[in-house]
Amino acid sequence: MNWYAIKAIYLSELARTWRTPMQSIASPVLSTSLYFIVFGSAIGSAMASIDGISYGAFIVPGLIMLMVLTESTSNSSFGIYMPKWSGAIYEILSAPVSAFEIVVGYVGAAASKSLILGVIILLTARVFVDYSIMHPFWMVLFLFLTAVTFSLLGFIIGVMADGFERLQAIPLMVVTPLAFLGGTFYSISMLPDFWQKVTLFNPVVYLVSGFRWSFYGVADVSIVWSLVMICSFLALFLVIIWWVFRTGYKVKV
Amino acid sequence: MTTILEVKNLSKRYPSGLQALNDVSLSIERGEILALLGPNGAGKTTLISIICGLVNPGSGSVSVDGYDVVRDYRKTRSKIGLVPQELSINMFDTVWNTLRFSRGVFGKPANDDYLEEVLRSLTLWDKRDEQLQSLSGGMKRRVLIAKALAHEPEILFLDEPTAGVDVELRRDMWRLIAKLRSQGVTIILTTHYIEEAEEIADRISIIRGGEIVLTENKDQLMKQLGKKQLILHLQTPVTSLPPEFDDFEIDYDAAAQRLTYTYDSNSQKNRVTEVLGALNRADIMLSDVRTEQTSLEQIFVNLVEARA
Ligand SMILES: Nc1ncnc2c1ncn2[C@@H]1O[C@H](COP(=O)(O)OP(=O)(O)O)[C@@H](O)[C@H]1O
Ligand SMILES: [Mg+2]
Repeated sequence: MNWYAIKAIYLSELARTWRTPMQSIASPVLSTSLYFIVFGSAIGSAMASIDGISYGAFIVPGLIMLMVLTESTSNSSFGIYMPKWSGAIYEILSAPVSAFEIVVGYVGAAASKSLILGVIILLTARVFVDYSIMHPFWMVLFLFLTAVTFSLLGFIIGVMADGFERLQAIPLMVVTPLAFLGGTFYSISMLPDFWQKVTLFNPVVYLVSGFRWSFYGVADVSIVWSLVMICSFLALFLVIIWWVFRTGYKVKV
Repeated sequence: MTTILEVKNLSKRYPSGLQALNDVSLSIERGEILALLGPNGAGKTTLISIICGLVNPGSGSVSVDGYDVVRDYRKTRSKIGLVPQELSINMFDTVWNTLRFSRGVFGKPANDDYLEEVLRSLTLWDKRDEQLQSLSGGMKRRVLIAKALAHEPEILFLDEPTAGVDVELRRDMWRLIAKLRSQGVTIILTTHYIEEAEEIADRISIIRGGEIVLTENKDQLMKQLGKKQLILHLQTPVTSLPPEFDDFEIDYDAAAQRLTYTYDSNSQKNRVTEVLGALNRADIMLSDVRTEQTSLEQIFVNLVEARA
């Protein structure tokens, strides 16, 4: 195992964050704060509580999930796409590193970043709403699995993308809508019957539900299903990455 | 002498269908400087890319210090440093960070003293905290060299190191190459500048259309294929040369009043004396005499034309 390489990739990717603190940290924190102000404090005060949880507190887990999902995906896709685009990837391809080590470095850094961001947003939320965390261990586990899974997805997107437009298409057109419709702002039991069934095809529902359960002990779907789903996605993305490297897809000819 | 790099019957066809390399074999000794000389599109970058792991080999094999570049890629790649043809770098990194990154990625523990030495030898030390985007093209190229040296490689590949660089940097680079060689580093550089190959290489491989046309010790190459020319300027023009001269390989340019006798510089059997004697007998007076050795350039052109 080339630990020095993993460390080098990991640290240089994290350094990228500190180089652009406005874009990497301030802007996601600001936008979630706006959600908290508008939906949590302003509109939330006029909303009925859901499952006995005040609306402001109800949306906290979903909003953190939303942010971690999108940031993991876009961060990771950007991280691997940039050297591909600039050509600097030659160095990693010519280095004594395995595909596994490359993935650990890039995905680890992207996941770390969004975990840090998740924690910052969690603390920020405290300023606006009161929430409690019933199962801290599960909360951390869900956050961690989500960050890793979607950083893997971002990595796949970054490797396969052959333009900036493509790079942003999936996060923008797929991940964000799914996250919005994933039960961040409502309980799926509030939907008509038909749409409840449709919603169950949205993987984000399971993440948000499980994550919210770790806060308040209530969930839209069973916690077991949430875990099964997140682990299945993790496995799926790992298989895709394995395939990508095996075939050298768009990286090596 | 031990072989450090062995390329055997290597062929490569790109997915586009283009046959970039065709049955290339090449063996390189430890500590030598080999120039891979060939026109654009000859396959130089492809060959280097396969050795370094950037491109998958087609058929054939490549081994570095006895290790296969595919099977034992960790061993082979940690011995190799690559300076790519393009200025491919992360523009937002600082010089110092990008160097530390290179060393780490190649699996070496940090060694700031060594990196400082590398930067100083490339006159980059004062720029260590600058972002790469703020450096000039020449400076960026130096950074690429520094990155390639960051993990103390045994073999250094330089892909067209002096294409488009100024004279000063070219001289610096040649000096650096000589220094690295004295430290025992094996150097393989590609170039389409013949003077470059002529100036610094021990051996020269000529590659064309994906095939190695010849690999030869530079001096030997010059000797073997080296033609010499005796150029004689006449004091007064003559309309035609006496029939006696038909015997020699002689060109006569009446307008320039110039006689050119071409001969093999190695051969003891050249007929310089006879040519001069014949001139004397014909009462042709000379105003100037000089000789010219054919350059590698001419050799190269001859070879390429011969096979075209
Ligand atoms: N990735 C690629 N896909 C298809 N063809 C390529 C690729 N890279 C290089 N080629 C072609 O292979 C041939 C050799 O290219 P290259 O090795 O770059 O030559 P050189 O470095 O000697 O100029 C050229 O015709 C080039 O167009
Ligand atoms: Mg080239």
